[in-house]
Amino acid sequence: MTRKSRFLAAPYLVWLAIFTIIPLALIVVFAFTTTVTVDETGRIITAEELLSAEADGVVLGELTEKTVFTLDNITATSAYMPVMVRSIWLALIATVLCLVIGYPTAYLISRLTFSRQKMMLMLVMLPMWMNFLLRTYAWMTLLERNGWINKLLGLIGLGPFEMINTQGAVVLGMVYNYLPFMILPLYSIMTKIDNSVLEAAGDLGCNPIKTFSRVVWPLSLPGVATGITMVFVPAISTFIISRMLGGGTNMLIGDLIDLQFLGNAYNPNLGAAISLVLMAVILLCMSITNALDNEDMEGGALL
Amino acid sequence: MKATRIFSAFFTVIMLLTLLTAAPPVFALESGWEIDYSDYDWTRLAGDNVTLNVYNWGEYMSLDGGDGEFDVNGEFEKLTGIKVNYTNFASNEELYAKLHSGGSTYDILIPSDYMIGRLIDEGLLEKLDFDNIPNFGNVFDIYKSPEYDPANEYSVPYLSGIIGIVYNTTLVDKDDDVETWDILWDEKYANNILMFSNSRDAFMISCFRLGYSPNTTDENELRAAAEELKKQKLLVQAYVMDEIYDKMGGGEAALAPYYNGDAAAMIADNPDLAFAIPREGTNHFVDAFCIPKGSKNKEAAEIYINFLCETLVALKNSQFVGYMTPVKTAYEALTPEQQANTMVYPSDEILKNTVTYTTLSPAAKNLIDSLWTEILSEVGASPWMTPVVLIAAVGISLWINIRRYVKKKTATN
Amino acid sequence: MNTSGTRFSPLRRLYLVAIFAFLYIPILVLIVNSFNASKSRTVWTGFTLDWYRRLFSNETIITSLINTLAVALIASVVATILGTMAAIGLHNMKRITRSLVINLTYMPILNPEIITGVSLMLLFVSLNISFGYLTLILSHISFCVPYVILNVLPKLRQTDRSLYEAALDLGCTPMKAFTKVIIPEIMPGILTGFLMSFTYSIDDFVISYFTYGPTSQTLSITIFSMTRRKVSPEVNALSAIIFLVVLSVLLIMNLREINAEKKTRMAVSAAIRNESKSHKHEHAADSNGGGE
Repeated sequence: MTRKSRFLAAPYLVWLAIFTIIPLALIVVFAFTTTVTVDETGRIITAEELLSAEADGVVLGELTEKTVFTLDNITATSAYMPVMVRSIWLALIATVLCLVIGYPTAYLISRLTFSRQKMMLMLVMLPMWMNFLLRTYAWMTLLERNGWINKLLGLIGLGPFEMINTQGAVVLGMVYNYLPFMILPLYSIMTKIDNSVLEAAGDLGCNPIKTFSRVVWPLSLPGVATGITMVFVPAISTFIISRMLGGGTNMLIGDLIDLQFLGNAYNPNLGAAISLVLMAVILLCMSITNALDNEDMEGGALL
Repeated sequence: MKATRIFSAFFTVIMLLTLLTAAPPVFALESGWEIDYSDYDWTRLAGDNVTLNVYNWGEYMSLDGGDGEFDVNGEFEKLTGIKVNYTNFASNEELYAKLHSGGSTYDILIPSDYMIGRLIDEGLLEKLDFDNIPNFGNVFDIYKSPEYDPANEYSVPYLSGIIGIVYNTTLVDKDDDVETWDILWDEKYANNILMFSNSRDAFMISCFRLGYSPNTTDENELRAAAEELKKQKLLVQAYVMDEIYDKMGGGEAALAPYYNGDAAAMIADNPDLAFAIPREGTNHFVDAFCIPKGSKNKEAAEIYINFLCETLVALKNSQFVGYMTPVKTAYEALTPEQQANTMVYPSDEILKNTVTYTTLSPAAKNLIDSLWTEILSEVGASPWMTPVVLIAAVGISLWINIRRYVKKKTATN
Repeated sequence: MNTSGTRFSPLRRLYLVAIFAFLYIPILVLIVNSFNASKSRTVWTGFTLDWYRRLFSNETIITSLINTLAVALIASVVATILGTMAAIGLHNMKRITRSLVINLTYMPILNPEIITGVSLMLLFVSLNISFGYLTLILSHISFCVPYVILNVLPKLRQTDRSLYEAALDLGCTPMKAFTKVIIPEIMPGILTGFLMSFTYSIDDFVISYFTYGPTSQTLSITIFSMTRRKVSPEVNALSAIIFLVVLSVLLIMNLREINAEKKTRMAVSAAIRNESKSHKHEHAADSNGGGE
């Protein structure tokens, strides 16, 4: 463990540079460049000129392609703001729902006997073992017009309901897939809350609501912050859930990125610009949860 | 907790591995096909341990799915000793993105007409050595030297078909006219229509409906077509490609544009379905074999193309997937009933009313792409959104207030 | 840690049951469909075991399963070696450099997968590396290494430096002191890092989607191309088998743990009983002695 051993990190530093820093830098480079057509004199030929020249049968001379700096990709992303807003919105709803559903679950599990806690946690994690695409596909089978749920409701004379290809289905898919990411951090923080603390609060005259708002909730806030990040980040950037359950009519920001890189509208420059915007949004969201976390940790410590 | 999951991962893998090694090697199921292949040096690369990477549309080749079907790739491997690694794409644009984004190591591609032209223009294809493909002589003359490959240097046709409308007879009114693209804009079928998620096909439909050529590069015409597609979006249940097969088969929607061969298979599975060809005209596509630049197994790829043009192989493929074969000898080997099946072999009258895509200029293509992204990403108003906005707003404000309350209390304590 | 446990009111129990029903219904769908004679997902036509038989002759699925396992194994082994070395190096670095590198290490974990995938795709395109095994393994290593580092570093912090120095004083070469003292200390961290890498690599879809090539289709990729057309019921059969295997492994481990817990509890209570007994004896002896 001498000073010399720090050179053991050298291969990783090279790796980090090549596979983390350069790729992210490439996103920035792609976001700020574009490929244009230029003629022999180096003049940039716009798409309109090309189209009209083609329509009139005019030959523009020797044309070549060139990569140039541009802000067009970044400004073009503003046209997709509705998609961004919808992604933030749906991811936010999914996160709130995960919190609302996951919080009591984590709390109830943390109050069980130790061996039962283990069993329950295992049951929470087990579905994550099945391929994520297959689980989402199974939801398709459930939600379809002729799917299991509508068939079941049909037996008692209800429906059929339009469930698949709606925003509700997309949110459901997010909640289903990312709920364990909310339950696990909440659970690990709640096991640290001892029952004696709750009993003490009761003895000191707190009703259950007060015990919750003044003891349990503040103590669990770090877990809440972690859970929110762990659900919100994958939810806002998903493209499979929206494609399978949203039917392509409820496009999210992830779909838009996929569309530019491997989809029907090949344009990596625009795709990189949208990725950059997405990264900015996530950074903002994480700093907010971080701030909440730190602030409330102090509050919790005061107790 | 994490360790539990991780250890179980380890055991799972070990158990799976034992399961796999314990299972009998049943890959090479014995098939009963005894075939006289034409006189050709099939085995010249047998000892070289070659693997061909074939990139094709989904469900677009006769392969053994456990039902004892003629397995093209299996037979090819048996005959030539060349291994085939077979993968699928869902649209020409996906193939383009995969190819363009870096020399993916494919050896055989099967794109459609207009995409072949574009790949040729961008220098992404290898010229074929037709000495290695003597079976090209079996191909109908009308399929030789097509517009997308005028000198016929880069491609050999595989299959061809047309696009029409698949509809569910139990969901579409008997009196409604299905032989027109207009029905895909009929408000009666709101939320019951599936639409192509691929820009070229979507614009084709919109252009035919407005009386334009699907190969138009006129900006005003393209913008008008885009406007119509925007209007249609309010009625569309989902933008999909291959998913149409499953969704229409399961009765999830009433109407969808689709390819004739797959439509025939869908009707066989679900007799409620029917197929109509719009009278405004439609697209006639030709999918053809190409070899991408940089293929390391060019000769093996040419042997493969030659194999696929063998009379019996082309016949089996055409029968299995239900599209027109351009191989003359294979067509002649069909039974008269099969030749008369207008689902697979539309009449000359219908074919006369079809247009094959031409390769668009990059500028026109970019315009279509950006218009299409715009259409898809436009926000469709959902009545479902408002109540959720309210609930979430209340929830968030509650949360903030509780937090503030807790803090105040702790501070005073 | 609270181990006393609370008895649940029916309402609370109902809530947990509802949550687990929500989590398991889709899996039930998969398992039921793996026995469905019809290829349709929504129509039940009869019971069959055919899909399980066909699974083993489905070359596409088996090949991608083998690909998945091979990529996961290679990627996690390389990531473990690279990550362990990096962690040891980082441990001995100046504070500022260390925290800078650690923050960069967090990037692939905190960034959405789609960004990591897209950025790696751009890298391979720019370097003109064709997509295949190599690109897939490289990208899997890069999202696995952070998990190894973040598991090994805390273990290094816990190691006792004086032990290492004592070994040196007792005549060990630095190399020997390192392998005999440090490595055993941090082994649990290395192992956890390795297994985590392995798990994430098997699970991954998004990053593989942007970096796979024709020769390296993993199970996720194969399933993805199936979901567009029709998922063949063989995949349902495969996932039912995986589910069963994971479930039984977890159950066995849990039962063993519970048993072990019971045993320790019994041992502890026995010990307490013994102790109190011997106390009594002492007490008796004392009083006896006092009586004499």
